[in-house]
Amino acid sequence: MIEFLQQLINGISLGAIYALIALGYTMVYGVLRFINFAHSDVFMLGAFVGYYAVKKLGVPVGGLAGGLLVLCLAMSICAIVGILIERLAYRPLRSRPTLSVLITAIGVSLLLQNLGQSVFGANPKAFPRLFPETNLHLGQLSITSNQLLVIAVSLVLLAGLHFIVHRTKTGTAMRALSFNATASSLVGINNDRIISFTFGLGSALAGAGGILYAMNYPSIDPLMGTMPGLKAFVAAVLGGVGSLPGAALGGLLIGLIETFVAGTGWSTYRDAVAFAILILILLLRPAGLLGKSRSDKV
Amino acid sequence: MNSTRAKPCPLLHLDNVTIRFGGLTAVSSVSASLGDNELTGLIGPNGAGKTTVFNMITGVYAPTEGAIHFQNKSVTGLKPFAITERGIARTFQNIRLFSSLSVFDNVRVAFHLHVTQNTAHSLTRGPKFRAEERDITDQTRALLDIFQLTRVQDEPAKSLPYGDQRRLEIVRALATRPKLLLLDEPAAGMNPAEKVELMKLIRFIREKFQLSILLVEHDMKVVMGICERIHVLEYGRKIAEGTPAEIRQHPAVVAAYLGKEITH
Amino acid sequence: MLPRSQIVLLISLITAGIISASSSRIDDYILDVILGIGINIILAVSLNLINGFTGQFSLGHAGFMAVGAYAAGTLTTGPGKVWFDASGASPALLFPFVLFAGGLTAAVVGLAVGAPSLRLKGDYLAIVTLGFGEIIKVILQNIEWLGGSRGMVGIPSYTSFFWCFGAAAVTIYAAWALVNSTLGRGFLAVADDEIAAEAMGLNTTRYKIIAFVTGAFFAGIAGGLYAHLKGYISPAGFDFNKSIEIVVMVILGGMGRHVGVVIAVVLLTVLSEKLRDFGDKRMIVYSALLILLMLTRPQGLFTWKPARKAITG
Ligand SMILES: Nc1ncnc2c1ncn2[C@@H]1O[C@H](COP(=O)(O)OP(=O)(O)OP(=O)(O)O)[C@@H](O)[C@H]1O
Ligand SMILES: [Mg+2]
Repeated sequence: MIEFLQQLINGISLGAIYALIALGYTMVYGVLRFINFAHSDVFMLGAFVGYYAVKKLGVPVGGLAGGLLVLCLAMSICAIVGILIERLAYRPLRSRPTLSVLITAIGVSLLLQNLGQSVFGANPKAFPRLFPETNLHLGQLSITSNQLLVIAVSLVLLAGLHFIVHRTKTGTAMRALSFNATASSLVGINNDRIISFTFGLGSALAGAGGILYAMNYPSIDPLMGTMPGLKAFVAAVLGGVGSLPGAALGGLLIGLIETFVAGTGWSTYRDAVAFAILILILLLRPAGLLGKSRSDKV
Repeated sequence: MNSTRAKPCPLLHLDNVTIRFGGLTAVSSVSASLGDNELTGLIGPNGAGKTTVFNMITGVYAPTEGAIHFQNKSVTGLKPFAITERGIARTFQNIRLFSSLSVFDNVRVAFHLHVTQNTAHSLTRGPKFRAEERDITDQTRALLDIFQLTRVQDEPAKSLPYGDQRRLEIVRALATRPKLLLLDEPAAGMNPAEKVELMKLIRFIREKFQLSILLVEHDMKVVMGICERIHVLEYGRKIAEGTPAEIRQHPAVVAAYLGKEITH
Repeated sequence: MLPRSQIVLLISLITAGIISASSSRIDDYILDVILGIGINIILAVSLNLINGFTGQFSLGHAGFMAVGAYAAGTLTTGPGKVWFDASGASPALLFPFVLFAGGLTAAVVGLAVGAPSLRLKGDYLAIVTLGFGEIIKVILQNIEWLGGSRGMVGIPSYTSFFWCFGAAAVTIYAAWALVNSTLGRGFLAVADDEIAAEAMGLNTTRYKIIAFVTGAFFAGIAGGLYAHLKGYISPAGFDFNKSIEIVVMVILGGMGRHVGVVIAVVLLTVLSEKLRDFGDKRMIVYSALLILLMLTRPQGLFTWKPARKAITG
């Protein structure tokens, strides 16, 4: 039972991070209908921004304010990078087939990874301590303060996102755009601006995810984005691509499943499990848990 | 419901066919029969469900309720390719040619139903394989000749003018050797002279290839001019059926087309 | 009288044999690079059948290469060596059968992967094939008698110039022959417009699976050649990056082109040899190339004809 609760908490804190990344996939898919492969590398970038902010810029950490400052910095820089990627690489291809954009996105992803390897170095780096760390003990249950922080920060960000999407004009425009791009431009929405905004928003969440992920894992490296990125993508599909609550739910589920699988004798298969889920969901219920299925008109 | 066999051997029979998309009932309980070698029209205002009826007959959508029989065998819920194999071919309202393939290959690809070769034959390329390839090449050429497309046979399909693309789509459908041909607004975008040509062409196709044609068309001149029977849809329901003369007088049809020209 | 295509194939095979007989005079390093080109040609041409001609974007080709490499390696080095030795025949004679077995195993895996996934389209198919590629890798890492993640070592060097380029010639011939037939026109139709293809009576699923399985088969052959060229294989060598490398070759050459893809393979293989000392710079060049290409010349670098001409024979 204790074992189970322990895994549950580990799973939720991992799942919260997947949820943050998954939201970016889902939002971009919503407005542009393609899988932004480079999203996972923006996540990686978030972690490195945090690293350099502490090591090179000397942002004082250890207290709450310093850590939050690093978090905001990572989110802002990732947002800018996300917007730039869309501007430079994806926008010129807007009218091309999805596959061209997908291939370009793979290219951008590889470029970021390999630029990362040559700029940051390929060796793993120890991630600095951003926040004061303690272990809370509830009976035999052990929770790190970082785990709680991850969950808290994710909840705050999710609430913020919900507010932006449902309570602001830009958010309404975003929803209109993902519902029907032609119609939204007809009612005077500047689609280009909204798409930029969406990339910025998604990338900021990925940046936050990068920091939170790095806090709970000992080291960071330029290829660290690939696996969490793919799993978050699976989470987005599981929840139903295009659905924000779906992405959050999917992230949580994938985090839990992975943690429980890792706790069994099958731990070497933990990375394969996400793919198995992806394949199953696409074959059995391609619309995902909370997504709506559409049939193409002929 | 009475059984299909009771009818005098229709080629195609729709039995209370209904389809819903979410909350929208696009086609509601439509029944209709088509005989051999008939030229039938299917008309109705925009959004009446005409294309959707085509999509159900050709297996693009499976009807939510009801059954479709072709040559007295159920084709309800079959995949589109299986229905084409049985002898129903179609054109699309928004032309769907293989746009990057040549005009020639657009037609030649449709002959695949009539070859016996398999993957191994493609690799070994024996005399029989080559004879068969030559055979369908000749047949393609002959077909393109009949429809005066030989001149452009090496052009990619997307480079053809609009009218030629519509014609090519019909030729491609004919290459599958259908017994029933469904044409979805073949006259759309044509000028009056081209429309007259098209009417001749449709009559010619029926005679030459001995098949039935079901025609969706907004141009009443065309429909009334060539169809022997006409079915009318409105809001997914069938409101009338009869000869052009009967349809012209039919009060429900006149009401549906209120303010629009249906007499010619 | 053989058709012209088969005469060309025959001449290519004889030429490969002649060059192979005197290959000992070629510098070892250069020969290694040349054989690498041959293997990459097989990989790119076979992937082109799937991604280019049939329009089904697969990102898991390295997985099938891995299956072929391990299956072939099992026969000559792993547990299958018992039969290999017991047969008493010379290894040079058995090698083509080993390659064939590798190809066949990859084809079976290809069928198992393709049958469910090919129902998906576009980027979903891409990501599912990527997933399958990774699963294959993870499974191989977990099979102890195949060496686990340490890999398989001590594989004999049976890959000669003849087998490598003979197989490449057969692959090119097969891809050409399939495409230039009624079957192959079906591939092109499926790539162009699936709904129209179905309406023409093409069982699109069947066509996609044929292309996919054939592609997997040749990727398996390439894997067998690779294993017996390098003498060492490990699951990590057949990862996502390897798949991407093959994809880049196909895209650079122009999807759905034979000659362009072969040129692209030669160019990229030589280029990446030149860049080998630069480590990650190599992948920077690869990825930048990919982005630039999609932005400026999505039809590929080596495409000069606007459309395919009809060929028979
Ligand atoms: N795949 C689909 N999903 C949802 N609704 C659909 C779908 N296909 C058709 N419809 C709806 O069904 C109704 C009938 O459409 P259909 O295209 O059959 O009309 P139509 O009679 O062919 O009209 P037109 O003359 O404009 O071509 C329309 O309201 C359309 O929006
Ligand atoms: Mg219509």
